[in-house]
Amino acid sequence: MSLAQAKSVALLGLDGHVVNVEVDIADGLPGYSLLGLPDAALSESRDRVRSAIVNCAEIWPNRKVTVSLSPAWLPKSGSSFDLAICITLLSAHQTIPVERIESVVFLGELSLDGHIRPVRGVLPSLIAAFKAGIHTAVVPAANAQEAQLMQSMTIIPMEHLRDVLLWLRTGERDSVEKIELKWESTDSRLDFADVAGQSAARLAAEIAAIGGHHILLIGPPGAGKTMIAERIPTIMPALSIEQAIEVTAVHSIAGTFLQRSPVSLLAPIISPHHTTTRVAMVGGGSHVIKPGACSLAHNGVLFIDEAPECASGVLDSLRQPLESGSITIARSIGNLTFPAQFLLVLAANPCPCGKFTGRGRNCTCTAQQVRRYLGKLSGPMMDRIDLRVQVEPVGRIDMAKNELGESSQVIRARVIRARQIAGERFAGMGWSLNSQIPARALRSIFQPEKAAMNFLHDELDRETITARGLHKIIRTAWSFADLHENKVPTMDDVLAAHTMRGKIQA
Amino acid sequence: MEKITNNQTGAIGEEAVIQFLSSRNAEIVGRNWRIREGEIDIIALASGGVFSFVEVKTRRTAAFGHPLESINPEKAYRMQRLALAWLATHGCFGCDYQIDAAAVLLSADGSYSIDYRENIV
Repeated sequence: MSLAQAKSVALLGLDGHVVNVEVDIADGLPGYSLLGLPDAALSESRDRVRSAIVNCAEIWPNRKVTVSLSPAWLPKSGSSFDLAICITLLSAHQTIPVERIESVVFLGELSLDGHIRPVRGVLPSLIAAFKAGIHTAVVPAANAQEAQLMQSMTIIPMEHLRDVLLWLRTGERDSVEKIELKWESTDSRLDFADVAGQSAARLAAEIAAIGGHHILLIGPPGAGKTMIAERIPTIMPALSIEQAIEVTAVHSIAGTFLQRSPVSLLAPIISPHHTTTRVAMVGGGSHVIKPGACSLAHNGVLFIDEAPECASGVLDSLRQPLESGSITIARSIGNLTFPAQFLLVLAANPCPCGKFTGRGRNCTCTAQQVRRYLGKLSGPMMDRIDLRVQVEPVGRIDMAKNELGESSQVIRARVIRARQIAGERFAGMGWSLNSQIPARALRSIFQPEKAAMNFLHDELDRETITARGLHKIIRTAWSFADLHENKVPTMDDVLAAHTMRGKIQA
Repeated sequence: MEKITNNQTGAIGEEAVIQFLSSRNAEIVGRNWRIREGEIDIIALASGGVFSFVEVKTRRTAAFGHPLESINPEKAYRMQRLALAWLATHGCFGCDYQIDAAAVLLSADGSYSIDYRENIV
C-alpha cells in the first residue's frame, strides 16, 4: 500500500556496498519485521527507531511494517542503518516527499530522543556511495570532520532527527559554512631531542624513515629503545592526502578516533602489547571483521616492544603483510583485504634478565637462555629486518651534556630531502622507497660503485651474507647514499649498510 | 455513578463492531462462541460467502499503546485454530474464511472509533 526506499551503506571490511532500505506499510496487525540478514545491533534498531519517531512528535504507523535491506544475501551489522530506516519509514507513511530521499545516502545511529549518534566506518561508506554515483550524504555531526574528506560529495552533518526532517520537508537547514579541511601534521609531545646520546640508534631510525627499512633495537632496559621507537613517526614526512585518507578509512572501521584525529597527516604508530594474539595483530573476527594492528599501522609504524616475549606465531604472522603490503583475511562471510604497508620496529632485551650487554657481568642468565631468547625471533623474520642496532646503556657523558640532541624537525628535514632524491630517481617506476626496489632493478640499474660491489661479492663468497642479504644491504646502502646526497652508494655507504645489518643471527 | 466494568466495556465494543459489520451488509452468524481453547467474539458471513472471525479489542484510553498490539502471533494462530474448529462444528469445513481484528476506542461522551483490519494472519 505505502512503499518507500532510501539508501545506506553496508561495510564488509573496507568494501562498502550501497544498500537499498525499503519499507512497506501494510494492513494487518501492528508489527515490525526486518529482513536482510541483520545482526543483533541492527535488529535492535526497531526499538531505537520507534522511540526516536515518537519522541520527535512524529506518528508511528500502527500497522504491519516490513523493512527490507537489499541485497538480502549480504550480512549487515551495526547501528548505522537507524537513520535510513527511520527516514524511509516516515516517507512510506507519507510524511516526507519520496523524491527528496532518492539520491541521498543516510548514515547514523539514533538515540531514543532522536539525536544522531556517530558510527564507525563513515569514510569507507561514503567512498562506496560515491562510486555508486550518489553525491549527497547525511552523516552524524560527530563524524563531520571525517566525512569532509570526501570533498567531491555534498556532506550534510546533522545533530538531530528533527533537523533532518525539517531539511527533507522544507529544504531548510542550518547553514553550515563549509569546514575548511585543516590537516594536522605535527605532534609537539614527542621530539628526538629528548633522547640522550644513542648516535647509532638515531642514525638507524633516520635511515629507517628514509628508506622504509625495518629495524630491530636491542639493548638493556632503560637505554631508550622505546623512546626512540615512539619518536620515529615524528621524523617521517607528512602523509600525502591519499595516504592520509587510506589511514583514516582503516581507523574509521576500527573506531580508533579517540587516539587519532581523522584529519591527521602524521604517520600513525601502533604499539600492540607483546601478549597480543595473531588475530589482533593481522585482523579478523567472526562476523564483524576488524583490521588488526598491522593495518592500523598502514603508512606508519608498527612498534612491538619486547618482541621475543610475543607468543610463537604472532610475529611470524606479519611475514606475509611485510612481503605484500596488504593482508587478506578469509572468514566464512568472505575474503577481505586490508592495506598493511608499515615500518616494522622491534625492540628486544639482549637476554631474559636484560643485563647481557658490554661484558655482561651482571647478567644472571645461562648461556643457553641468552641464545634461546633472541632465537625466538625466527630466521625468516630476522631476514626481513635490515637494520639491527645495539642500543648501549647511556653513559655519564651523554647524560651530563647540557645541550639537547638534534630535534625531530632537523632530522625530518633531512629525511624529506633524501626521500625527494629517491622519489626523483624512481619516478615512473612504480615504487618510491629504497626498501621497495625489486631485485631485478638492483642487479641492472641500481648497483653501488664498483669497489663496493667487489666487497659485497667477496662477502658472498665467504658466505658471511646470503644472496638475499646482499640485495638487502644494497637497498639500505641507497638510503645512506640519499642521506649523504651521493649519486650512487659509495664504499662507505655499503659498509655502513653492511654493519647496520649486523651479525645478530637467530 | 456506577463504575463500568471491563466486561461491559467489551460488550459495548462488540456491539459497535456488529453495527459496523451490519452496515457493510455482513450477516452476523455467531457471537461469543466459546470452547475450551478460547473464544471468538464475532462470526460474520459477508455477502461474498466469506466467513469473518473477528477479535474485538476495546479500550477507553490509548495510554497503553495501540489495542491491536496486544494480539501477538501466538494469539493470532490460536484464532485460526478456533476458526477451523467453528467451521468444522458448523458443517462449513472448507469454506473461505478470514481472521479480522477490530480496535474500538471509546470516548467519555459515548462516541467511539473503530479501526477494522482484515486478514491479520
